[in-house]
Amino acid sequence: MSDTIIDVRNVSKWYGAFRVLTDVNLTVQKGERIVICGPSGSGKSTLIRCFNRLEAHQQGDIVVNGIILHDKMREVGAVRKNVGMVFQHFNLFPHMTVLMNCMVGPMWIKGVSQAEARKTALQFLERVRIPEQANKYPVQLSGGQQQRVAIARSLCMQPAVMLFDEPTSALDPEMVSEVLETMTSLAREGMTMVCVTHEMAFARAVADRVIFMNAGQIVEQGKPEEFFKNPQHERTKLFLSQILKH
Amino acid sequence: MLYPDTVESDVLVHKPWFITGLFAVVFAVFLAFDLTGTSLGDLMRPVIGDPAESGVYGRFAITFVIAVTLCLNIVLIGFAPLKVQVAVVWSELLLLFLAFFTTFNLSLPFMAEKLPFLITQGLFTTIYVSAISIVIASAIAILGAVAKLSTNGFAYAIASFYTSFFRGLPLLMQVYLIYLGLPQIGFVIDAVPAGILALSLCYGAYMTEIFRSGIQSIDRGQWEASRSIGFGFGVTMRKIILPQALPVIIPPTGNQFISMLKDSSLVSVIGVWELMFLARTLGQKSFQHMEMLISAAMLYWIVSIGLELIQSRIERHYARSKVR
Repeated sequence: MSDTIIDVRNVSKWYGAFRVLTDVNLTVQKGERIVICGPSGSGKSTLIRCFNRLEAHQQGDIVVNGIILHDKMREVGAVRKNVGMVFQHFNLFPHMTVLMNCMVGPMWIKGVSQAEARKTALQFLERVRIPEQANKYPVQLSGGQQQRVAIARSLCMQPAVMLFDEPTSALDPEMVSEVLETMTSLAREGMTMVCVTHEMAFARAVADRVIFMNAGQIVEQGKPEEFFKNPQHERTKLFLSQILKH
Repeated sequence: MLYPDTVESDVLVHKPWFITGLFAVVFAVFLAFDLTGTSLGDLMRPVIGDPAESGVYGRFAITFVIAVTLCLNIVLIGFAPLKVQVAVVWSELLLLFLAFFTTFNLSLPFMAEKLPFLITQGLFTTIYVSAISIVIASAIAILGAVAKLSTNGFAYAIASFYTSFFRGLPLLMQVYLIYLGLPQIGFVIDAVPAGILALSLCYGAYMTEIFRSGIQSIDRGQWEASRSIGFGFGVTMRKIILPQALPVIIPPTGNQFISMLKDSSLVSVIGVWELMFLARTLGQKSFQHMEMLISAAMLYWIVSIGLELIQSRIERHYARSKVR
């Protein structure tokens, strides 16, 4: 199973006495696009933040790209440089230009030369369609543009998998589509993606598998057509009826 | 700059009610003091005759002149553009202070004679002691701030004991403890290193807290983004967090530098020939205390202004990324 990029086995996590994740099992294959949805507080963000160990899990195993994540790990850097992450609030580095935001990762981690990092950065900025903003600072950009820079920044590290943590939740409706378009084209090019999102149209169009989480558990998963057409569980039906009502 | 509201408002100092009000207040305040005996009374001699015998009329006239001058001044300055206003007000205040100093009848030749030594020995010592202390204090502050924020109990305990101790003891006491206390355990230390050590430790403690608050002011998302790219703690701190914390840290740190410059006079108690020490001793022989003390004060001020300029330049440098 060398094609498995993320393997989650019986993972549980607690915040103090509160159990956020309960026996989660999940495998992500190379090239797979997965959308995780669920009500707020269901642990979906927490789950994907465990994949690059921004959060620690207490029970079970998570294997990312062949490396087991655990407490005393030295290889956490090796995992993180192969796992790109896009955040809800972009988290661009405000004191650097857009171009520098994209260059620092390759330069400081992979030891790539400045000229080469610049080339890669411009190439990916081109791909998210904002090369002309390269020398601006993040505050000068719109939300949608900032999020696309954040995607480019992650792509510059040439990760094996991209994690999206509600990438469009903080955006205006008009800007949502530009970010979703970028994500869709990324998916078409074969990038392995795990997205926490409420954009059901995106899930329908792009996802290979939709996962529904509730109260720290994976309640249901399936191909998007089946998932949306006949959800099996009551909780899923309720969630979908709420979210698709509008 | 404060948040500039876009609603145009009239110039406050040109409103009749403001000027009248100001005039009334100034008039009332100065009328409360009898200024006939001061040098202002002397200046008004052509109008009020002998100040001592001018009585209520003299008092009234002096107050009137003060109030009119002040109000006229304010109204006129109100017409000027911002930069001119700043320059004019600065020079006026400076002139007032110079006028104040001239009343001491200072002996300028004496000052001119002693000034070179005051600068080459006193000011030079003050500056190099402060400069070295500032560098060491900043280094201590970064370490201390990281230790205070760490989850390592040992590091936290040392850092919090350190800040508590050195912020809690008077600086003078610290100077004595280091200069006189260390030899007790067999470690004899010279006066200058002892002074530098005391200043560094004391200001390092204050600056630890400044740096800690600066680091804490940075959004958690910045740490997450940096760590998720794969940067280690050191790179994240040096390249992501500290550069963003600096704009928050710099104004209070500038305060500390200026304050240290003057507190360095405390090391004179252990016989370091810095500016304040020389100012006191040089004037003693001929009882010309004021000359030397005022010279020293001016030198302190000039260096402080230098530090202020450096501070504002650094602040401008870091404001780049905030321009929309």
